[in-house]
Amino acid sequence: MAEITIRNLRKEFGDFTAVQSSSFKIEDGEFFMLLGPSGCGKTTTLRMIAGLELPSSGEIKIDGEEVAQKPASQRDIAFVFQMFALYPHMNVRKNLSYPLVSQGMPRVQVRAKVAEVAKILGIEAILEKPIGCLSGGDRQRVALGRAIVRNPKAFMMDEPLGALDAEFREHMAVELRALHDRMGATTVYVTHDQLEAMRMGDKIVVMNRGTIEQFGKPQDIYDKPATMFVADFIGSPSMNFLRFHGNVERGTTSVKLHHQPLAIPEMREPFEGDMVFGVRPEHVRLTDSGGYRGQVKATEYLGTTQIVTLNTALGVIKARTASGQVARVGETVGLEFDGKTVTLFDNQTGRALRSDLNEGVLAHG
Amino acid sequence: MSSYSITAPSSRQKWIAGTIVILYALITITPLVWIIATGFKSGPDSISYPPKVLFQPTLEGYVNLFTTRTRANAEDLAAMPPPETWYEQVVRDNGMVIAGPSRYGERFLNSVIIGFGSTFLSVFLGTLAAYAFSRFKIPLKDDLLFFILSTRMMPPIAVAIPIFLMFRTLGLSDTHLGMILLYTAVNISLAVWLLKGFIDEIPREYEEAALIDGYTRFQAFYKVVLPQAATGIASTAIFCLIFAWNEYAFAVLLTSGTAQTAPPFIPTIIGVGGKDWPAVAAGATLFLLPVMVFTILLRKHLLRGITFGAVRK
Repeated sequence: MAEITIRNLRKEFGDFTAVQSSSFKIEDGEFFMLLGPSGCGKTTTLRMIAGLELPSSGEIKIDGEEVAQKPASQRDIAFVFQMFALYPHMNVRKNLSYPLVSQGMPRVQVRAKVAEVAKILGIEAILEKPIGCLSGGDRQRVALGRAIVRNPKAFMMDEPLGALDAEFREHMAVELRALHDRMGATTVYVTHDQLEAMRMGDKIVVMNRGTIEQFGKPQDIYDKPATMFVADFIGSPSMNFLRFHGNVERGTTSVKLHHQPLAIPEMREPFEGDMVFGVRPEHVRLTDSGGYRGQVKATEYLGTTQIVTLNTALGVIKARTASGQVARVGETVGLEFDGKTVTLFDNQTGRALRSDLNEGVLAHG
Repeated sequence: MSSYSITAPSSRQKWIAGTIVILYALITITPLVWIIATGFKSGPDSISYPPKVLFQPTLEGYVNLFTTRTRANAEDLAAMPPPETWYEQVVRDNGMVIAGPSRYGERFLNSVIIGFGSTFLSVFLGTLAAYAFSRFKIPLKDDLLFFILSTRMMPPIAVAIPIFLMFRTLGLSDTHLGMILLYTAVNISLAVWLLKGFIDEIPREYEEAALIDGYTRFQAFYKVVLPQAATGIASTAIFCLIFAWNEYAFAVLLTSGTAQTAPPFIPTIIGVGGKDWPAVAAGATLFLLPVMVFTILLRKHLLRGITFGAVRK
């Protein structure tokens, strides 16, 4: 059990900066997600916490103890690799025993401990099997078993479900979260899958190009994105962006888009210049009374809902509506936005402007 | 309907392929069979023309290989006490008496010491170097690797004179250590390059998992990487041994007494007591055995080693 504090962590590979001055705190027992596109530095960050990569500068504290420059073997952390990295020349039992043997644990105890872990994961039947003849799911369980067998301070997981097929992934995601809740150990989990991050995580750090874009609870990250990158990366389809020129004052509650006044949350900072009006597809309604109009370009039927794509004066908008709603291609309809959920961004920096909606959540800057 | 497949060979194709393989096997195996057979022929049988395919086998060649003999006239032979051993009998049947053991045993032992010694050293150093080249950031890595390979770009014998002088100055001429070092120097580039390929294919995650599991880097190397690299190490060892075992030119040049290996010794048998082909063939046959046994023991690995990396798993 441990809390992990990261301060100004930085990693350079030659001229390339993989991670630039990241800071965040992982609470004891949290299921913590590092989310971002490939190459964003999330795996490098995870590897630095585990000790597989030494940071160029910065601090990593595990339970208050500074470990940034310590070798992995002294950090008491377990790591689950994407490709599992089970020792192929050993059977399941030996794989599970291996971390215990290194600590010099007596044989009898090792056997008991392995049996206990095998029971938790339901792999008692395959203990004597060689790794080569296990299914993907069983390999995943053995990899988890090897991680939990020595009760480490924290778990690092690098896209552990990435190698499984889609159907089994969901199942393992549930199993993994249940296991975490049962053990209560701090877990840091790297993924590029936003759904996985939202579904499993207590907290999410969204990274892009080596920097932290936002850090918070899944709901906050979804509803109150701190940057356009986050708004775009999270959610499918992603947030609609309408670019416009204008100005807002402290206390402004509406903006004019293409001569139409549209409600926004009360602004907490003034801004003038190129802005972006961001609204999630599920907060767009098709209604004849809407002043802002668009022409239906396409519809995608998704069962209970449908995605309607419309061309408007300021760009394409996707709306998620009930699948019963009639939207004929070519028809021009009015659009209404749920004003309370709108986020305005500075078009140049991509930063969200402070408003009633996101006040207190924005961690950046 | 005739079954037709793009990938599976037709029976005619199989038949042709089989014939070619058998023909090739016959061509390559004939000299080998000839040498082994000659080893069991008597002196006259070995040089008879047309060559004898069926003959009365005798151990004469092997006895001659391991002994030195002097010719004795009939009266002296008759006056001697009866032979105590079967091999004395064989020698006397040819009108000779045993004067003492030959040096073949010694030379053979030298070959074993030098061949296996240099193989062990090449593979040991090669594995460590290959691991370092594969896993660590090394300044000028590519240049170093190229340099190591470049030592094989000309025939080693091209540098025979400088090596001869160097060995004389360093006192390494005609020593086991000298020959082991020489063959290791020649083999190490092959070992490094072969093994680097094998180690590159072992995912780093295995070592990282071991590091996380509380092992040091060296423990991770020998507990996790080495077992994975066994195939590569075995096939590299075979290649190194075959070279060191068969090497002739340097052995002739640099050894004469204490450290002489079998290859330069075997031709000298010809000079002792006429052209004794059965003894030469017996020497060659025995000389083949260790490499054959070694290769058969590691053959599974060798086959995998040759085709390694051809198919991505």
